[in-house]
Amino acid sequence: MAKVTIDGIEIEVEDGTTILQAARKIGGKIVPPAMCYYGPLKGSGGKCRVCLVKVTQGSAKDTRPMPKLVASCITHVQDGMVVENTTNEEVLNARKSIVEMLLINHPLDCPICDQAGECSLQDLSYEHGVSAQRFEEERRTFNKVDLGPYIQLHMTRCILCYRCVYTADQITEKRVHGVLGRGDAAEIGTYIENVVDNDFSGNVIDVCPVGALTDKTWRFKNRVWFTKPLDAHRDCPTCSGKVTLWTRGEEVLRVTARKDQYNEVEEFICNTCRFDKKETSDWTIEGPRHIDSSSVISANHYELPVLNVPIVPNLPVSTKKNLPQE
Amino acid sequence: MGLKILTEHINVPGIETLEVYRKHGGYKSVEKALKTMSPEEVVEEVKTSGLRGRGGAGFPAGMKWSFLAKPEGVPRYLVCNADESEPGTFKDRWYMEKNPHGLIEGMITSSYALGANTSYIYIRGELMFILRILEKAIAEAYAAGLLGKNIMGSGYDLDLHVAPGGGAYICGEETALLESLEGKRGNPRNKPPFPAVKGLFQSPTVVNNVETISSVPWIVNNGGAEYAKVGIGRSTGTKLISASGNINNPGVYEIELGVPVEEFIYSDEYCGGIWKGRQLKAVVPGGSSVPILPANLILKTAAGEDRLMTYESLSDGGFVTGSMMGSGAFIVFDEAQCIVRNTWNYSRFYHHESCGQCSPCREGTGWMEKVLHRIEHGHGHQQDIDLLVSVAKQIEGNTICPLGDAAAWPVAAAIRHFRDEFEWHIKHPKEATAPGAVYRGQLDAVTA
Repeated sequence: MAKVTIDGIEIEVEDGTTILQAARKIGGKIVPPAMCYYGPLKGSGGKCRVCLVKVTQGSAKDTRPMPKLVASCITHVQDGMVVENTTNEEVLNARKSIVEMLLINHPLDCPICDQAGECSLQDLSYEHGVSAQRFEEERRTFNKVDLGPYIQLHMTRCILCYRCVYTADQITEKRVHGVLGRGDAAEIGTYIENVVDNDFSGNVIDVCPVGALTDKTWRFKNRVWFTKPLDAHRDCPTCSGKVTLWTRGEEVLRVTARKDQYNEVEEFICNTCRFDKKETSDWTIEGPRHIDSSSVISANHYELPVLNVPIVPNLPVSTKKNLPQE
Repeated sequence: MGLKILTEHINVPGIETLEVYRKHGGYKSVEKALKTMSPEEVVEEVKTSGLRGRGGAGFPAGMKWSFLAKPEGVPRYLVCNADESEPGTFKDRWYMEKNPHGLIEGMITSSYALGANTSYIYIRGELMFILRILEKAIAEAYAAGLLGKNIMGSGYDLDLHVAPGGGAYICGEETALLESLEGKRGNPRNKPPFPAVKGLFQSPTVVNNVETISSVPWIVNNGGAEYAKVGIGRSTGTKLISASGNINNPGVYEIELGVPVEEFIYSDEYCGGIWKGRQLKAVVPGGSSVPILPANLILKTAAGEDRLMTYESLSDGGFVTGSMMGSGAFIVFDEAQCIVRNTWNYSRFYHHESCGQCSPCREGTGWMEKVLHRIEHGHGHQQDIDLLVSVAKQIEGNTICPLGDAAAWPVAAAIRHFRDEFEWHIKHPKEATAPGAVYRGQLDAVTA
């Protein structure tokens, strides 16, 4: 066991836990954001650099601070480690810089992007971004690519987190897509042209933190905050069958895996559940999915209905006189 | 003439063949190490010698070797980093082309010291003709019983392979090199674990530069203490310097560390002075990624002492008034060279070579290149200079591997020392973009 202090809060965690996991155990505002790290995927993390934190004391034995900021998602805790995240100016500045870097080539097409409302980059920019734009050059663009019948790739929006690559490596038998090219010309691609086609390929949509990989059965159908998330399950021969249905009225618009507050899926689901079962009769509905009240998704259906409010409230007497009397 | 450790016989005709190489004392260190020394004794000699990594970082080689984890039943590897691709650096290719057996001898002795039974030379893909030279030399060494099973009857086995890379600069970073050697995409790994614990194929690995490894035979033959006598302080031994730019005699020179920079530039033994009788404007002393220094700061330190060709003296004053030894690529600029254009050129290189794995480097290198391109072509704004400083600062230290730093340092240093030249470019775009136009303000200030 190792005792670690994050932003002044002490917690005891098992050896081999990362700083990020320890912070998530504490929870709340002190949890560093993560764009590329994904709990269920082995080896992910360390790439986006938004989770950088300052280690002001390496361990109880070696009390020296670490010279550079470290990526909290891949740095293991040591007994007696002291970490500063939201309390350190250097960390907050670095995070701001990295958000700026992530956005310079991002198209910012949120108004037409299907991910809007549940996009990690949106949340991150809202919290750590700056409103001013210093980048005045032309943005890097790519053509849209169809990855088979279900998935569309919008490389322009991609932040190269490699999550979809790890997903394909770890839960499917054969990965046909990967990162091609280098630097800011690097892109997700199927060399040369290939179809991402297997029973679990749809999960790359769930792990994508931005709107780079989108569900073709859901594209442009609705905005996510107009839909109601419901937990549901069915007997599925290939996967656990535990999903979230995104409904509007009687219609099932989209099926996704169940995700926790850090957008990490509880269990990966198969393509049949995700793309083919779009009737409420296919599912046993368990009840509404809990959505964090700070999320835009909760904006439309967790408020109390407004009842018995006079239609013409408190108008001046002179105006009231001119209205038709009942 | 200083002591020549690496290049003593380099101009002997036929030195690339085993026969001639052995006639000139080649492979003596293999015999001495394998027959009379234990691996620990070889490591100890290298530690005593104070030999520092010649690839750029200058980390003591003996120390690096002693960090190598030695778990039971797990193979260890020695990998030679011959992926030399830093702009301005050409010492390793020159050395390997001329004297392949020098490297192979170093590989055998070093592998013995580390207990590695399989070793690799990872060579840059563009150097295919040198790969052939090395393969030929390795075949000769196998035939003579210097490689393979039971070398020289000592019971020690070693297999040496040469593996070509695809020509990516990033594969010179040690963990990206290992990924590439494993047949994967050359992305640097997150550290820890360091290669000394989990390197090639998840086994303990040491990665050393060509020049570092090639220095080991001399140390074994003559003793580490003898090597430590050469040079000054913690900069021991000799170093190959790739001198290029506007000098009379560009080329590779082996110097004893401690030669004054002024002597190195102006003496006929080395660079032979600035060409066409021009004035010195600036020097990049260690390859494109180290900070550039203006003429006054490269010849004398901020404290007014002579600057010497040593690790310590070149970095005297930190990044404010100093630079770094780096890989020893000494690039000289005369008065007719434009610093803005040069900085743009460097940042274009880093933009092209960033692997794209982590966001600050992927996006930041491209951003800096675009802004510098704009300034160089007469479309800069006054605030662009501060923007560049800020972007460089945002990249530095926040990346997985040192490429981010390497991209940020030259830009930050060029602005630090030549800010007026950048301002002149922005204020006078017409003059600045005219062919052959060069800002002379700073030079006049130096001579006045």
